[in-house]
Amino acid sequence: MAEVEESSRQVLMLGLAGEMFALDARQVREILDPIPVTRVPGAQPYVSSVLNVRGKVIPLADLRVRFGMPPATITPDTRFIVLEIDLADEPTTIGIVADKVYEVTDLDTSTLQKAPPIGMRWRPEFIAAIAKWKDEFIIVPNMKQILN
Amino acid sequence: MNENADPADIFRQESAELLELLEQALLDLERSPDDHDLIDTAFRALHTIKGSGAMFGFEQVAAFTHEFESAFDRIRKGEAAPDPELIAIALNAKDFIRSQIERPEETDAVIGVCILADLRKLFADAQARAPIETPPAGAAEPPGKPAAKLTTWRLTFRFNKDVLVNGSNPLLLLDELRGLGDCRVTVHCDRVPPLAEMEPDACYLEWEAVLAMAHPRSAIDDVFMFVADDMELKVEAVEAAASAVAAPQADAPIAEATVAAKETAAPLPQTAAPPAPAHPDHAGGTPETAAKRAGGAETSTIRVPAERLDEMMDRVGELVIAQARLTQLASAGGGTKGVAEEIERLTSALRDAMMGIRMVPIGSLFGRFRRLVHDLSRDLGKEMDLTTAGEETELDKTMIERLADPLVHIIRNAADHGLEDAETRIAAGKPAAGRISLVARHAGAEVLISVSEDGRGLDAKRIRAKAEENGLIAPDAVLSDAELHQLIFQPGFSTAKEVSALSGRGVGLDVVKRTIEGMRGSIDLATDPGKGTEITLRLPLTLAIIEGLLVRVADARYAIPLTAVEECVELSEADSTRSKGRSFLNIRGDLVPFLRLRELFDEPGEPDSHQKVVIVAAADTRVGLVVDQIIGSHQTVIKSLSKLHADVPSFSGATILGDGAVALILDVPHLIALGQARETRMQSSTPEFA
Repeated sequence: MAEVEESSRQVLMLGLAGEMFALDARQVREILDPIPVTRVPGAQPYVSSVLNVRGKVIPLADLRVRFGMPPATITPDTRFIVLEIDLADEPTTIGIVADKVYEVTDLDTSTLQKAPPIGMRWRPEFIAAIAKWKDEFIIVPNMKQILN
Repeated sequence: MNENADPADIFRQESAELLELLEQALLDLERSPDDHDLIDTAFRALHTIKGSGAMFGFEQVAAFTHEFESAFDRIRKGEAAPDPELIAIALNAKDFIRSQIERPEETDAVIGVCILADLRKLFADAQARAPIETPPAGAAEPPGKPAAKLTTWRLTFRFNKDVLVNGSNPLLLLDELRGLGDCRVTVHCDRVPPLAEMEPDACYLEWEAVLAMAHPRSAIDDVFMFVADDMELKVEAVEAAASAVAAPQADAPIAEATVAAKETAAPLPQTAAPPAPAHPDHAGGTPETAAKRAGGAETSTIRVPAERLDEMMDRVGELVIAQARLTQLASAGGGTKGVAEEIERLTSALRDAMMGIRMVPIGSLFGRFRRLVHDLSRDLGKEMDLTTAGEETELDKTMIERLADPLVHIIRNAADHGLEDAETRIAAGKPAAGRISLVARHAGAEVLISVSEDGRGLDAKRIRAKAEENGLIAPDAVLSDAELHQLIFQPGFSTAKEVSALSGRGVGLDVVKRTIEGMRGSIDLATDPGKGTEITLRLPLTLAIIEGLLVRVADARYAIPLTAVEECVELSEADSTRSKGRSFLNIRGDLVPFLRLRELFDEPGEPDSHQKVVIVAAADTRVGLVVDQIIGSHQTVIKSLSKLHADVPSFSGATILGDGAVALILDVPHLIALGQARETRMQSSTPEFA
């Protein structure tokens, strides 16, 4: 995937299973407090439900499940992040569950590195890059791969 | 409307309609070459394309069409007959004009030159044969045509003030008029205002002309064709009495003149290019057909951009949701009940009206297939006729568009694989020409579209051999004929011995099946070896809103399309306990398998004590769905599920309930198939059951 050469990129910082993730802010449509969802029997466990966002029925993905962890539990900090991403060349609106949403910030793209092939508890194909922010390592997930 | 529309786009849209009209006329003409209405229709379509093409800067189109039009003019005058050869050239020419308009940069002008050369050659040949051929053609000539019979017409006309601003030049029109015959023109300046009040670019003049010409009256209308909406024209025949005895039609022009004048004077609906008023300029044109044609032209001028329809549909969808919410509020509070009922009435009326706008007769689609069959007949060297019925059957516009490709595939298959060649047909005691028929009709909340042919029928043995060869089935698999026939809808299946340009690549029917299922439809196939095959597409009336039955399973609510619901019954204690392992209900003597949705959807916990069964049916098979509660009917605005849920077969979509929650819509055909599969499994595992 060709990344646009910019010195910094706006990202949304979120917490998931004790790690920090950064999502490209351009993909983010809105951030919602948890609302009731509808389970879809027979669906893949990581997209087990759908919800109504302004009259549209969109799937809700739980990245924790995709990464092989127990599903998220709703806490007062839980947020649903509505993203618009291209799946098979079609813009698709989806929601993901975040344990906590921090802030929108500028990420210095020079700190981006490839994910090390070992020593990670995350599946490497799901990670687009590792970046450094305020002396902390953060993960830039490859959403297309995760939702494939 | 359309204040910013690109005039070239308007021309493209319009010419697409005109070319369609032209094609239909040509194809009809092949069948009835003496029909002057058709010749006139074709000629007018060409004339309008030429005129507006030149106006909008499509000079090449105009130049080519001009030559083509001249050829048609000769047919109109009876100098040539519209034989199949000429029609074939004309159809090519029509395709060429279309590609010149739509993709000018990709269109090779040489093609046009070739077509015109063919045309000239044909006419040269015709001229050589002329002495023999002319008399019969001449018999159908328009009255008043023979050079000896000059008719004198008195024309009074004036243009709207802004005619010059719109780019028309009255002087050119006068010149054209003079070209028709001996013409004396007088100008009237009565309406010219004092200099101070005069607008420099307005036209205040009126003209009177006395024209003696050999052409029919329609020639005059042709001159004013492009300004007909912006002018008043009165045409009277002078000296008509002179030939009244000789030609009974000669008094017709006066009657026509008044009709035409009325038409021009009446405020016509807004049309970018005025359809020429019907000219009953030949013996065959009765007032009824003229009126019918005028009426048809009027209804065809309503043009709504598809995006606007879609947008309006969205709004209606939202309104329906809001109404559902209001109903819910009202049943809780009570005070707003009256309003809620009113809104409910309004919403459903609005919905119906909106649906009505989206509904278009399928005839517009059928029209295209006549050309397809015509071309297939030529390319495959098989004689075949297409008959259509039920053109007036209405379907949602988006569905009609999506149906075009599947139907093309099916018709190609019918022509290529279904129909035999002439010798085989005659040997089998059938007429040499194959028959393909295309029929649409409503059946309940479904539309059925069937394509049938009287060809050789499906050969189950050959299908089996092919499927085994392609690895679609195991060599020892036991399959019924019906199951074998279904294999032709599998990807990668094709029994054609040789690959033709048209079919046989094994792409097609599987795509057809997918497309139809994507529209919540299904495909039935009936075949009779030696007699033919019929493929029927069953489609829902609309894609957007359905009546649903809302049910509860554990804590979740689901919608079932009401059209699929046959009845609701209580699941008796006996049925429930007896059904360990075998799940059948006795519905008035019939055994109906049932599915427990709680089990199917992996809902934990104990079911409610009084379970209900919703009996659903599709294509004559029934299955019961066991639910905890039947909530009631619900206006279901269908929302599709995303790609991430494409692998979940039990649901065809989702809908939003009054409280904002999402309910999934059950996919009835899938659930029925599941129930049937279970039944077959039971029967094979417990043979004593049967």
